Amino acid sequence: MVSFFLQRIFGFILTVFIASLVIFLLLDILPGNPARFILGINASEQSVNMLAEQMGLNQPIWQRFISWFLRLLVGDFGISHSQNISVFSLILERLQITLPLAIFAMVIAISIGLPIGIMAANRHGKISDSFLMMLAQTGVAIPNFWFGMLLVLLFSVTLGWLPTGGFTPWNENYLLSLKSLILPSIALALPQASILARVMRTALIDVSHADYIRTAQAKGLTKKQAIWRHGVQNAMLPVLTILGLQFAFLIAGTIIVENVFYLPGLGKLIFTAISERDLIIVRGALIVLVIGVTFIMLIIDLLYALIDPRLRLRGKQ
Amino acid sequence: MSNQRFFKKAYSHLSFRIGFIGSLIFALLALISIFWTPYDITQLDIANRFLPLSSQYLLGTDFFGRDMLSMLMSGALTSFIVAFIAVGIGLSIGVPLGLLAASYGGILEWLVLKGNDFLFAFPAIISAIIITTVFGPSAINAIIAIGIFNIPVFARVARGGALSIISHDYISAARLSGRSSFNIAFKHLLPNITSLLIVQASVQLSLGILAEAGLSYIGLGTQPPATSLGLMLKEAQSLFLLYPMLAILPGITIIAIVIFLNLLGDGLRDTLDPKLARQETLDAAS
Amino acid sequence: MFIHSFKKSILIALTFFIFSIIGAFAQSDEIKLADEIKLGLVLEPPHLDPTAGAAAAIDEIVYANVFEGLTRIDENGAVQPSLATSWTISDDNINYIFNLKSGVTFHDGSAFNADDVVYSFERAMGEDSVNAQKGIFSIIEEVRKIDPVTVAIQLKQPTGDFLFNIGRGDAVIVEKATAENNKTNPIGTGPYRFVKWDKGSRIILEATINYVGEPVAIKKATFVFISDPNTAIAAMLARDIDGFPIFPAPESMEVFKKDARFNVLIGTTEGETILATNNKKAPFDNILVRQAIAHTIDRKAIIDGAMFGYGTPIGSHFAPHNPHYIDKVNTYPHDLEKAKELLAKAGFPEGFKATIKLPPPSYARRGGQIIASQLREIGIDLELINIDWGQWLEDVFTNKDYDLTIVSHVEPFDIGIYANPDYYFQFDNKDFKAIMEQLDATTNDEGRRALSYYAQDFLARHAVNGYLFQLAKTGVYDAKLSGMWANAPVEGNDLTKMVWAK
Repeated sequence: MVSFFLQRIFGFILTVFIASLVIFLLLDILPGNPARFILGINASEQSVNMLAEQMGLNQPIWQRFISWFLRLLVGDFGISHSQNISVFSLILERLQITLPLAIFAMVIAISIGLPIGIMAANRHGKISDSFLMMLAQTGVAIPNFWFGMLLVLLFSVTLGWLPTGGFTPWNENYLLSLKSLILPSIALALPQASILARVMRTALIDVSHADYIRTAQAKGLTKKQAIWRHGVQNAMLPVLTILGLQFAFLIAGTIIVENVFYLPGLGKLIFTAISERDLIIVRGALIVLVIGVTFIMLIIDLLYALIDPRLRLRGKQ
Repeated sequence: MSNQRFFKKAYSHLSFRIGFIGSLIFALLALISIFWTPYDITQLDIANRFLPLSSQYLLGTDFFGRDMLSMLMSGALTSFIVAFIAVGIGLSIGVPLGLLAASYGGILEWLVLKGNDFLFAFPAIISAIIITTVFGPSAINAIIAIGIFNIPVFARVARGGALSIISHDYISAARLSGRSSFNIAFKHLLPNITSLLIVQASVQLSLGILAEAGLSYIGLGTQPPATSLGLMLKEAQSLFLLYPMLAILPGITIIAIVIFLNLLGDGLRDTLDPKLARQETLDAAS
Repeated sequence: MFIHSFKKSILIALTFFIFSIIGAFAQSDEIKLADEIKLGLVLEPPHLDPTAGAAAAIDEIVYANVFEGLTRIDENGAVQPSLATSWTISDDNINYIFNLKSGVTFHDGSAFNADDVVYSFERAMGEDSVNAQKGIFSIIEEVRKIDPVTVAIQLKQPTGDFLFNIGRGDAVIVEKATAENNKTNPIGTGPYRFVKWDKGSRIILEATINYVGEPVAIKKATFVFISDPNTAIAAMLARDIDGFPIFPAPESMEVFKKDARFNVLIGTTEGETILATNNKKAPFDNILVRQAIAHTIDRKAIIDGAMFGYGTPIGSHFAPHNPHYIDKVNTYPHDLEKAKELLAKAGFPEGFKATIKLPPPSYARRGGQIIASQLREIGIDLELINIDWGQWLEDVFTNKDYDLTIVSHVEPFDIGIYANPDYYFQFDNKDFKAIMEQLDATTNDEGRRALSYYAQDFLARHAVNGYLFQLAKTGVYDAKLSGMWANAPVEGNDLTKMVWAK
């Protein structure tokens, strides 16, 4: 058991290291001198070289990677050259929006998706089942940026209930902050909820054919009761897997949604930093994203193994 | 079961029928645009912009005076091509990896699994950001970015499907008779997971179309003067309050294609021995 | 057991969700006072020191609000006194004496005097200066303090637009003790002081109490960063912001024009939008080819299609609102036959292939598509390459690796760039250089006018670049707001005259 955990954790670290190497290398071939970019088209060669020197852009590549990675390990993500503040604190600030957004979206997706999936499974074969599944199909098919815009047009422009975007810092007015996250979370949650509903329904239907359900029925429970008490538990396994997979998509979705709702989150940061050639920020933020996603998958893997012993054994092959 | 009978059986499922016919219609419209569209979309005609539906322009014209029907046909073609090639990348790299992992086991399998985990951390958008910042935005780079994420998906499905048959007797027989793992992977495992792969392919196709739309929206996908459904949506969105059809048409097209493809996939999945298919997908998910 | 905890957790999640929604609604909106304003900006500045960077976004927040210079530029492009209340110029136009305003303090309380002026100029002129407009300062011989309220500046040679140039954001006065931190905590002498910057989200300014000068009506200003054009539209319509000085979606202007709650303010900018041409790269080094292109460009279609009708056609590199402007639009009238003739004479009867590199703004991306469609009519087949600003600076501007590109030059009165053969157009003409030298040295108005006319005519005749249109300033505001600049003679959003109607 312990070796399984260690194996997984080692794998996690390896993935992160390779990812950081890839990110560093790729972004290093980026055309465009950040120093010239900051100073603009009419700045002199001299000013540009001066700034480039200040920014350490002239050292050999392997030297830069090693020093970057080592500092990463101790939490020093560097100082952004365009903004003169620690990238770490910048990212931390932005996470205050992206994390709650992602969590909020996940909570909404789960609280809507799972019950719908269960409802549909219970009405398997009837019209309401098909109807709910058609809804789920549409939910997956709508591009989330489009859905976000439609939500804004309805709830902000026409009804005026919610803001079109922007963000008030948590410590200023946390209720307003929550308000700004509602529409973006819904836009993010829709496709996730639809997928969860479908997976839950499929898993439950399978489970309903299982032997132990019939045994429970033989013991006197109705089909519904049997499914609720014993089935859902087992149906959760595939749902859990999908949850882990979908998290990567959720994070990817926040990049788009933050743009649409002008939320100062991590995705927005990456975007602006790229167009300003602030590579230090881009690298740091990308690493954080990759770590986040890999970490969640690690957790899901470990949880899964806890629940299903068969996997632990297979992992040992 | 022969292909013809398989098709007939699938066709009896309503969801497959709807999905198949719907996808076929859009695919045909897209394919026709390679040879012919009602109007040439590279010819801009500013004087004739924002025209409503008419007998001359069946679906009206857009902000550059281009015929909407022609735009939709070409746009759908690009979206399909992007999603298709991305699936191709996933299949051609992911499936062999997954099969070999299942067949050889050991270090190879471990490597493939690690590689998968690594690739899973890079959803299409993140890969797209990295690739397009270095190599510039274009439909090709969007294809690569989406394709990269398809690899671990297909590797997983292939490996999962293979693992569930690998314990069967005829596989052991093949091994005993001296067949190499490589040979087993492609001669015995592959044919048996084809249906699984087809189902997954239809799902990834629809996801690919959505991913392309998302990438185009943030400017990292198809670039003008080419067009795609996602790009059309992006360019028409700010005109929504004045000329809503310009955004509604591509939006509905995306939704329709994705739904049809998903229904197709669902129908296919139901056609395979349902219990077996589900078990395999569940195993694949691990 | 698992089931109960599962059900419970769903119940808890739902309850949390519902309560947070109710709570959010219960809380009323931020209370907005009648002397507050929220403006939308597309780009967030990389930092807030206008003397250390060229990004327009910096000036759009701090110019005239947080920082002041010796002079300032008003809405019409005229030079006005600012920290210098008056000045005298010697007869040889080399020695300037500035009389400074007294009683002025920086936002941190320290007094402003001639030492700060000397410091600011020497900092900009210094060896390790990172000022983006060194040209403004390179013609200065010496800056000398005469007494706490008087400064003398001696130039190396007469310079016609010196007073204008020191009124720009790159020449604002800073304080030695705080200059290093101006990027994140700008300390100036302006009527507004910097309050805070929520990175990625907004910047807040508040009126200072100690300002020596006209009191301002708006007491608090919040700049919100909205890059997505659709979101900008929604934010304006939902009244989440009060105005957008440069509205990123000119295509939707009709919506606001028709709505009495909004006021659409159209003005001009210093942005000459041009089809920049690499004069040293074949076949564009051949004047016949450039003339053929000039005969093919249909400016109206470009202005309508790319800018939805907002913009003024130009025939040379000069702003139409400038008093020394002369209309050269018809130097090469639209004539496809003539164009094909010229191309054939140049040796390209079948046309040729080339590339056009397009930076992000829509005037470039859309304009590029339209121009490509137009040029195809005479056989020139353009491949459109979309690049971002970083790449543009590297490939086009620094390495001159391009055929054609579209860009808007927003520096005021920048016709002098054509005298620099290394500038990315690579236009090398000693006659033009001579004209520019003379113009720089001329300080009387009549002389400058005549030379400006000649320069504009010269560039138009040589078809150095394709001159498309002058970028319009398209602002959308709440109808009750007034005092905004309609034009943008320099980059900036001068808040000082803005006021809400009662």
